[in-house]
Order: sequence, then structure tokens, then C-alpha cells
Amino acid sequence: MSRTDSRGLVLDEKLLFESTDPGRVGYSLPQCDVPEVAPAAELTRDEITDFPELSEVDVVRHYTRLSTWNYGVDSGFYPLGSCTMKYNPKVNEQAARLPGFAELHPQTPDHLSQGALELMYVLQQDLAEVSGFPAVTLQPAAGAQGEFAGMLMIRAWHEAQGNKRHKVIIPDTAHGTNPATAALCGYEVVPVASDGVLSKEALEAVMDDDVAALMVTNPNTLGLFESDIREICDLVHEGGGLVYCDGANLNALMGISRPGDIGIDVMHFNLHKTFSTPHGGGGPGAGPVGVVEKLRPFMPVPIVSKEGDKFVLDYDLKQTVGRVKGFAGHFSILVRAYCYILAMGGEGLKRATEMAVLNANYIRARLEGPYDLPYKQRSLHEVVFSETALANDCHTLDVAKRLIDYGYHPPTIYFPLVVKGALMIEPTETESKQNLDEFCDALLDIAQEAKTQPELLKQAPVRAKVKRLDEATAARKPKLRWVKE
Amino acid sequence: MDFPDELKYTEEHEWVLIENDVVTVGITDFAQDQLGDVVFVELPETGDQLETGKPLGVVESVKAVSDVYAPLSGEVVEVNNDLPDEPEMLNTSPYEDGWMVKIKLADVGELEGLMDASGYQEFIEQD
Repeated sequence: MSRTDSRGLVLDEKLLFESTDPGRVGYSLPQCDVPEVAPAAELTRDEITDFPELSEVDVVRHYTRLSTWNYGVDSGFYPLGSCTMKYNPKVNEQAARLPGFAELHPQTPDHLSQGALELMYVLQQDLAEVSGFPAVTLQPAAGAQGEFAGMLMIRAWHEAQGNKRHKVIIPDTAHGTNPATAALCGYEVVPVASDGVLSKEALEAVMDDDVAALMVTNPNTLGLFESDIREICDLVHEGGGLVYCDGANLNALMGISRPGDIGIDVMHFNLHKTFSTPHGGGGPGAGPVGVVEKLRPFMPVPIVSKEGDKFVLDYDLKQTVGRVKGFAGHFSILVRAYCYILAMGGEGLKRATEMAVLNANYIRARLEGPYDLPYKQRSLHEVVFSETALANDCHTLDVAKRLIDYGYHPPTIYFPLVVKGALMIEPTETESKQNLDEFCDALLDIAQEAKTQPELLKQAPVRAKVKRLDEATAARKPKLRWVKE
Repeated sequence: MDFPDELKYTEEHEWVLIENDVVTVGITDFAQDQLGDVVFVELPETGDQLETGKPLGVVESVKAVSDVYAPLSGEVVEVNNDLPDEPEMLNTSPYEDGWMVKIKLADVGELEGLMDASGYQEFIEQD
């Protein structure tokens, strides 16, 4: 069945400000039985004019109707490249809501929170086993903060050697957050061009004794395995540098290849990608970091250690970079990831990786031709097409908008920058062959429409709640506040 | 696409107008076309020292964020302060209203490394 046949009941909705009815209230408060006191002037602010006045049912219906506009992994295929939008099993939610976890106060003493600490301890060990790193911190709040914590450790290690170093090398196929992380940690970013994958020769040309680290994404943002990674790590190590791996694409390696065994020194995990915890609005992320033995003393504190048969929050790391997140990080997300690992088991995790890679290569095989594939190396978990095969001056943006008419969330577009009009598709292991076929059929239809009815692409989306938006004007002249007309 | 003969060009798709030891810098028609609709521009401040090949500012379009690299070393003597408020000028008038900065050159000899209009056109056709 094609999704284009279906028409939902999409409710229109006014702003709360437009629905206001002066004098209407949500709750009736009892009469005041204490003397009224006027608050101090510095505690009050100017009256907000036209503040919406509504009842409880008005507000509940408003937000419920808005929620029907959502599109998420629970509503359909969400092939956003580099984001690993896999399905989040509901058993994870059940585990995270167990009262012993959900109602545990973050300042409960260690001896009264042994279950939670044990879960964290085992999760540290599980992530260590998956990645090949001996030490793991669960503290960082998400991928970017994991990168930040990892690069802070690298900087602290160099400083402890008495050699600060100033440069970080980043290939053009690394994740976009990597240069920002290096800059935030005080490093000068040295970009290096790659030809699909980074070559030893390209690295040699920029490597010197002022390089603190190479930040590499593996597989990279083209979905390609960095085939020279072992030699590249050796080269950086010989030059006295360390290697950071952005672990956002671990869904292509899990159970097959361990970054810690390849020569990587530091890597963050995205639990909200690889380990099926929710993305964005579904909950916060979590970005644990694994490190090699020599970086263990620099990890953020506390980590969870085992003393005899007791689990403790361990602050005893002499060269720690300090705390990067309050309390135990995003604990309830850790519960979900732990639950996923237990539910899948080692063989299951490996199988997930194999299916994720198979699915991406199935899409590649079905779409190559009508869609140009600029890099021909073997794809892993995602595939990146360019816009150059599209007819009649149709562009990647037009394809993405037209996909909405077919009922799909568009893939990542215009990233990575090394591909002209990149269309970056990551199906994940979640999708059935039937789903993949329907999606590929839609994209093939769209490529055909570009030849025969290009106006369909140029005007798309036509079936969505709103039509093609003027994104340039919205960004140039944003209206950030409602004003009464 | 338009590449005025009186300008010099860089491989990073900037144009340079030379007036004695002060140069005016912007991005080329080709660059604005590749970027698409520009929505945000960040420029240096007057008095900033620039070094050849290092970022002098940022251009953000609906597609991507890109650094703009200093084509030459020297001191920023004037900045197009209208540009951040009207970034679309980079699309509509890349060589005139969309100029970005004026640089007082540290080393006039660096000008020899720039391409002329036909050289630049050849460069983008190969790329």
C-alpha cells in the first residue's frame, strides 16, 4: 500500500494567545485565609499583556492536537543519515519507569542506591566490552558533551606530559560537531581532505609535533569504513598525538570491530543512536566516553567502582578533568540502554549491526543509477547519493520535500559537504524489507517525476499541512514573538 | 555567471579589488550560487589582524555554514556593517553591495598568488 493514498485528519490549531477568553481560568483557588502581602518590587515584572486566559480543557486539547502533527520513529520510517533513528523498544520505557529507578533521589547515599550503582557499573563494563576500551564514563549528557569530555582528557594528558600542543587534525568526512569541540577545547583545527576515506599520505602531509590529536569519525559521514585506520592511528601515535573517534556511527561496528583494538584512544558513544534510547523530544541523550588505560586517571568524576561486593561513586581520580554533568548523568537513559543491551545480548547486538549494514546496502543497490553514487567504496550503515543525476534542474531539497508528500520524513540533506547536494540515508536495522521497498519505490517515482513532471518536485510538499516554506526569509527575518494584530 | 576582469580571485572563491595597499574582499558569484540563499554573515571587526588562509568570517546559507578565508594578510580597516542585517546582498550583489571587508595589506607581494578572472573561471570549471 502506498502511503500517498492515505489522508489523515489533520486538525488546524490557533495559538493559545489567539484563543484567549478574558476572565476564563484553569483552576478555582480557595479564598485566601491569610493576610495579603504585596511582593517586593524587584520580584515583580511588567504585566504581560494579552496573556492567554484559558481553562484546563482548552489547554489540554491545544497540546493534544499539536501532538498529532508530530512525526517520529513511532509513526514511520525516519531515515535521517548519521542520526541512527532506530526504533526505541517499549520494554526500555517499562524498565526506566520502575519505581526503584524512577523515584530514586539523586542524593541517596551509595549504600541505599546499590541497585542503580550496579546498573551503572555493569553498563560501564558492557560498553567497555563492545568498544574495547578498559575505562568508560557514563556522565556526559549527549554526543557533543562526550566529545568535549574526551578532548578535555586528551588536553589534560598532553599537559601532564609537559607538552601542551595546539593543533587538532580533522578530515572533511568527520562529523560537523568535531571542529567545534576542538575549538572549544582551545585547539586550532587543521582540516584535511580525504578521497572518501582518509589516506596515510594525506595525514602525513599535515602531521607534526604540535598536533595533539586526530579526530576521526569511523565509519565516516559517507558511511565508509576508514580502511587505513590502523596505519593512521600508528602514524599519529608515532608523532606523539592521540586519536579521538566520534562514535556516532558505532551502529556499523558494534559486535564486529572494536575501536579500542584498532588503536583509537578515546571514543564517545551515543546511547540515543546505537543503544536505542530516545532522541531529542523523546528524552535527553547520553554520551558516555571510553578511553585507553593511560587516560583513565583523567576521566570525569565520579565513576562507579566496586569495592568488595559494594558499588560506590568513586571520586578518587588524581588528574580528573572534573565533573562535566550533575549527579549521575542522564540516569534514566542509562537504564534504557542497559535494558537494550540485556534484551539483545551479544549475538543480538552483532546481528543488529549486520542488518543495519545490509539495509543500507539494499537501498544503495535499489537506488544507484537513478540517484548518483559519488563514492563507490563498500557502504556500511548509511549511503550518500548526490543530486547530479536528477533531471530538469531538480535538487536534493526538492526530492526531500517531495518525500513528505509520499509520507516519509526526509533523509539528511546537504551533509556531508564533500558531496554535491548530498542525500544521506541511514535506514537502521529496524526496518523490514517491505518498508525499505516502499521507501525505495517512492524515491524511484520521484526521480521519474523529476524527468516528466518536475513541477511536482518544485512545488512539493503539496499534501503536507503547510506547503513549501520560505526557509531563507524565515532565517533572515525570523519572527520570534507573537504580536497582536 | 559573472567574473569581473578588474578583480583578482582565490581558490577559496573570494574576490579581491586592489586599490594601492588596501584591498576589498567578498565572495564570488560562483560561491554565492553554490551556497544558495545566505541567511547569516559574521564579519571581523575593524582593527583585527588577518592571516592568509585563516578564517576571517562565516557565511551561513540554508544549506550549510562555511568559513570565509582571508585571501591576504593585513589589518581590517573597514567592515560592511550593512551586510549582517541584509545577508541576501551576498546573493543579489556579490561584487558590490555584498563586499565584506577592506584590508590594509601587510605584504603587497602576496598579491602575486591570486588568479585573474580567466584563470579563476578555468579553475572552477576543472573543480
